[in-house]
Amino acid sequence: MENEILLLKGNEAIAHAAIRCGCDGYFGYPITPQSEVLETLSVLKPWETTGMVVLQAESEVASINMLYGGGGSGKRVMTSSSSVGIALMQEGISYMAGAEVPGLIVNVQRGGPGLGTIQPSQSDYNQATRGGGNGDYNVIVLAPNSVQEMADFVDLAFELSFKYRNPAMILSDGVIGQMMEKVVLPPFKPRRTEEEIARECPWAANGHGLKGRRPNIITSLEMDPVEMEKKNLHLQAKYKEIREKEVRYETTSCDDADILIVAFGSASRISLKAMETARKQGLKVGLFRPITLWPFPEREIREMARHLKGILTVEINAGQMVFDVRAAVDGSVPVRHFGRLGGIVPDPDEIVQELYKL
Amino acid sequence: MSDKNHPEKQASGLTRADIIRPENLVYQKPELMNDVNMHYCPGCSHGVVHKLIAEVIEEMGMADKTIGISPVGCAVFAYRYLDIDWQEAAHGRAPALATACKRLWPDRLVFTYQGDGDLACIGTAETLHALNRGENITIIFINNAIYGMTGGQMAPTTLLGMKTSTCPYGRDPKLHGFPLKITELAAQLEGTAYVTRQSVHNVAAIRKAKKAIRHAFENSMQGKGSNLVEIVSTCSSGWKMSPIKANQWMEEHMLEFYHLGDLKDKD
Repeated sequence: MENEILLLKGNEAIAHAAIRCGCDGYFGYPITPQSEVLETLSVLKPWETTGMVVLQAESEVASINMLYGGGGSGKRVMTSSSSVGIALMQEGISYMAGAEVPGLIVNVQRGGPGLGTIQPSQSDYNQATRGGGNGDYNVIVLAPNSVQEMADFVDLAFELSFKYRNPAMILSDGVIGQMMEKVVLPPFKPRRTEEEIARECPWAANGHGLKGRRPNIITSLEMDPVEMEKKNLHLQAKYKEIREKEVRYETTSCDDADILIVAFGSASRISLKAMETARKQGLKVGLFRPITLWPFPEREIREMARHLKGILTVEINAGQMVFDVRAAVDGSVPVRHFGRLGGIVPDPDEIVQELYKL
Repeated sequence: MSDKNHPEKQASGLTRADIIRPENLVYQKPELMNDVNMHYCPGCSHGVVHKLIAEVIEEMGMADKTIGISPVGCAVFAYRYLDIDWQEAAHGRAPALATACKRLWPDRLVFTYQGDGDLACIGTAETLHALNRGENITIIFINNAIYGMTGGQMAPTTLLGMKTSTCPYGRDPKLHGFPLKITELAAQLEGTAYVTRQSVHNVAAIRKAKKAIRHAFENSMQGKGSNLVEIVSTCSSGWKMSPIKANQWMEEHMLEFYHLGDLKDKD
């Protein structure tokens, strides 16, 4: 079968990909700049084709708790929102992490703090990579830098989320969500049958096969401190395994580089242009793009730093990922940050100027 | 579980079967009730309501097709007592979990079990919107007019003049606002099929409450819309009364304000 190629916004690509990768349910609330996800799903009416449930919830709080309930019953469920709404969801994400419930959260970031701006930003990096809610936990965070990756990461995020029984997030931004690019739609994958869900999720609370087993309880609560410590240690062991096995990144022109730009998402697209300009001017610049922001490619950056004069992180925020890069290189090379705030996207020439300061 | 509590090993050495012969059995605990000690206080209504739910699920033959959503509050451990699949929700969010479960598993019996603080305060939005969407679920609402688990603070349903740890001089509308009749609100919503207020303080009331739960559960399986069963309840510890006094006080004061009976039945 020939590939299906469409010209889509990043947000639209998320919706198409969800239907095609066997997603069972989407629960969301409108917020700029990501409303096209729910709008596209509403136009495509997947409930008439794949049987996927699409529901506009009364709030982001309700959306994330629908995700908790749906994921807790073993279904592939997702929500999407933007920064302000994601902040509201943190309670539910923490519960999901605590109860080990899978589910996909898409954050098409806008600037903050507070109501902030509807313009793009990457200032939810810390919130996304440090858990974001109460307790010691992590969310698997994927950062697409193209409309194609918006589509491709939906299935990847679901796979990782179910593999580890942990919420996963696609951390995008207003640039990637709103820009249009050619996208090859992912291959069609049917929704799992009840028997397949029972096999993949024997822990799920959905009543299936209850006659032959003890009831399944989805909860994050444990009143016995000894048991609660065990539960936390189990989570920490899981996070360690994820850090060891699931780091993803991309390098461009890094082999001969003595200066490295580290950038993710839309900042990495702009940085690529800056790198090309700088190379024409004779600077040996490489680009390192973390694809998983948690787990962060810490080891890979540390190894690369041995051959570098310096590192510049480019982020559309006041400097958040830069602390992870500094922790990774542990003082072995200077690490500078460059970023723009308030919804302003950096210009490639500004980045080139910053490279000369290293 | 200690041997002492084990039903098959009485102190006398006799088993339950030795003591209770089938021909003499007039009543038995529902199979879905687990043999564990409940954490509820003496005189609390929760245990009775749990038993009614267990009986109704068993009688409907839905034991292996039920998803219960437990709240934050005294009933947070409901999942320890009924032998069905459960999900434990964040405070107030149970109707959102139930919405997703029912939409994703339409042939399942999905119900939430929530207290007044959970349902009528922090979860008002989730409750009213799930009911108004006509989700085919049942919400069991335990109204004892107080926050039991956290130690007896004022609830949205606390009566005027009633004393709690956060209105120690009595609920004053100028300071604390008015008690919320959320069940009356729910009855106004197009999405609700059956809205009723019951109690479990005597045998007749318990029988009526069971019928109400059964009707609500059946409605939800027949796709008739959402169902709210309020149970006006006692909290003897929170009210600082003996169980008997709490029952009397409930009849004299709670039922004066929260009138029993069906508020809406689309059937």
